[in-house]
Amino acid sequence: MLIILIIFTYDKTFDGLLSCVFFAYEQKIFPDSILAEDGQKPLFVDASYHVVTEKEKAVRVWKSLEKKLSRFARNMMLSVWLSELPETEMLLFRYIRKNTDHPKGIEMNFGDDDVLRIKDIALKVGTDARKLIQFVRFQETADGIYFAPVTPSYNVLSLIVPHFKARYADQPWIIYDTRRNTGLYYDRRSVTEISFSPQTLSELRLGILDKEKVSEEEALFQQLWKEYFRSITIKERLNPKVQRAHMPRRYWKYLTELQ
Amino acid sequence: MINEKTLDKLKILSDAAKYDVSCASSGTTRRPVKDGIGTAAGWGICHSFTPDGRCVSLFKILMTNHCIYDCAYCINRRSNDVKRTAFTPEELADLTIEFYRRNYIEGLFLSSGIIRNPDYTMEQMLRVVKLLRDVHRFNGYIHMKSIPGASQELVAQAGLYADRMSVNLEIPSEGNLKLLAPEKDYGSVFAPMRYIQQGMLESAEDRKKFRSAPRFVPAGQSTQVIIGATPDNDKQILTLASHLYKRPSFKRVYYSGYIPINKSDSRLPVLAHPPLVRENRLYQADWLLRFYQFSVNEIVDDTHPDLDLDIDPKMGWALRHPEAFPIDINTAPYELILRIPGIGVKSAKLIVASRRYGRLNFSQLKKIGVVMKRAQYFIACRDLPMQTVNELKPEYVRRKVARQRGKKESDLLQLSFDWGE
Repeated sequence: MLIILIIFTYDKTFDGLLSCVFFAYEQKIFPDSILAEDGQKPLFVDASYHVVTEKEKAVRVWKSLEKKLSRFARNMMLSVWLSELPETEMLLFRYIRKNTDHPKGIEMNFGDDDVLRIKDIALKVGTDARKLIQFVRFQETADGIYFAPVTPSYNVLSLIVPHFKARYADQPWIIYDTRRNTGLYYDRRSVTEISFSPQTLSELRLGILDKEKVSEEEALFQQLWKEYFRSITIKERLNPKVQRAHMPRRYWKYLTELQ
Repeated sequence: MINEKTLDKLKILSDAAKYDVSCASSGTTRRPVKDGIGTAAGWGICHSFTPDGRCVSLFKILMTNHCIYDCAYCINRRSNDVKRTAFTPEELADLTIEFYRRNYIEGLFLSSGIIRNPDYTMEQMLRVVKLLRDVHRFNGYIHMKSIPGASQELVAQAGLYADRMSVNLEIPSEGNLKLLAPEKDYGSVFAPMRYIQQGMLESAEDRKKFRSAPRFVPAGQSTQVIIGATPDNDKQILTLASHLYKRPSFKRVYYSGYIPINKSDSRLPVLAHPPLVRENRLYQADWLLRFYQFSVNEIVDDTHPDLDLDIDPKMGWALRHPEAFPIDINTAPYELILRIPGIGVKSAKLIVASRRYGRLNFSQLKKIGVVMKRAQYFIACRDLPMQTVNELKPEYVRRKVARQRGKKESDLLQLSFDWGE
């Protein structure tokens, strides 16, 4: 049997991936694998094409998807993109192709493995963002900024901006991803991306800010919250399994009540 | 304002508030207001989980644990020798704001023991929510207890500030309520429920005419009944719940397994453990009523007035009605698919959406999320040559799917217990 391995390389942007779709349909060449241009290539490659990202072509592909897919499905695709999982490119490529080739699209066909996988990954990414919204714990710093270190599984900071911006419109805050070393800073007007020096970062990773860095009242409120958490527990119904199911251990490090 | 003394008060007044199960913060959306703080998301957000597995969404607290009543089941009853204290409205408002700013909570759940009289208590609570909304411009979620016996005028005021209000029935039959709480009767509980509903309906009418008319308890009302403190059976409890759900304002009935707080009271039973399995089965039955289009007499009847503790109530119905099965997954309407044990609302919807593209097989069902361990006896599906409940007989299936008695109750709870909405 003759197996021909075709790869595309691209610049690892979402527009780049859509450009790959355009290129494939234009050239009638369909890849077995889509890789970052600077990434490692497999050993046996029969044909390799580098696809240059072109905004207009990406827009055309996206526009054609808007005709077939609901906004809900398109948002799921963006969530899958944010997952940064190794399977992302080919999964999205196959999904786009199946929807393009089917007269009405296959959005609701959950009997199809790719449709189901897209839904499952999007669900995971959504859950990850929701966990952030639940478990972010701000500490008020001496200069009045509410600071929270976080470690989401996926790169979901961008998804939570609208929520925190609306809710805490009158207080400056920083939500900082200590694993990816990138964060969001809100100055009561707009949100900007920031990153700290490696030295500051290692301090932040501890989760608790130094006494001299937090506001005067911060320690008291943390103590009040811990006390509340303790006394609201009903001892007759202890069930740590359920607690961990809803609030997995990996979040505990930055939770004030469990520090 | 807030100092070390606050810590002691917080300890006492949160400890005394914890037996109220409700913590939901869903059912209403609040958009941000100018110069204000807070939003409500529509979906309930749990900010933490205590070691008992319960969600912490709202700051659940009593105004005071002083109380003029002497209800047998309550920790704050007059005759109990416990430390008494009270928050000032300012203190409570400040605490709420500071907790909210740190993303600890979605909002406030305010309740209280009864001081002097119901109206005075209600006025004190109103001061807190008015401070929050009018002075702090707090726009997060507020759940407020309506005190039994409080006047309609005060309830009408509170409803404009709160997202949800609730009055607890506590005891599922009036006779037993009178026995355990001599100073209360159903009249004093149902009156504020009526006031809340009336306010909601009037506000809905007004908002049809003027879009800017104020909202009144937009997230509706809820109540709580204690399970296992009285001999009331599940049929009585579920009948009561389904009557409440018929009212347009009612969103939730909470079931709270009785925890023997006042051990020496001879009117109350002696229990080694709170009845957690029964409580869980009641929640499952409640779900069947609200989301699965079941009626009470399908779940419990005079021959089976109590829920089966070893199997879930949907399985119980299915085993009593083998003639309704097998159901063909590829052709049956949505309502029938919902009746199959092991298939929930989510997988039923996925099945109905996907089968238009082609017949679904066993492995697809599994991937979609159907619990085949329970569902397999009740479905007809292309590549399932297996035997159904009709060939195997209900007794056999029951043995296969029943909860193993050796297993800890907590293992069961993990499967399907959901505190949110």
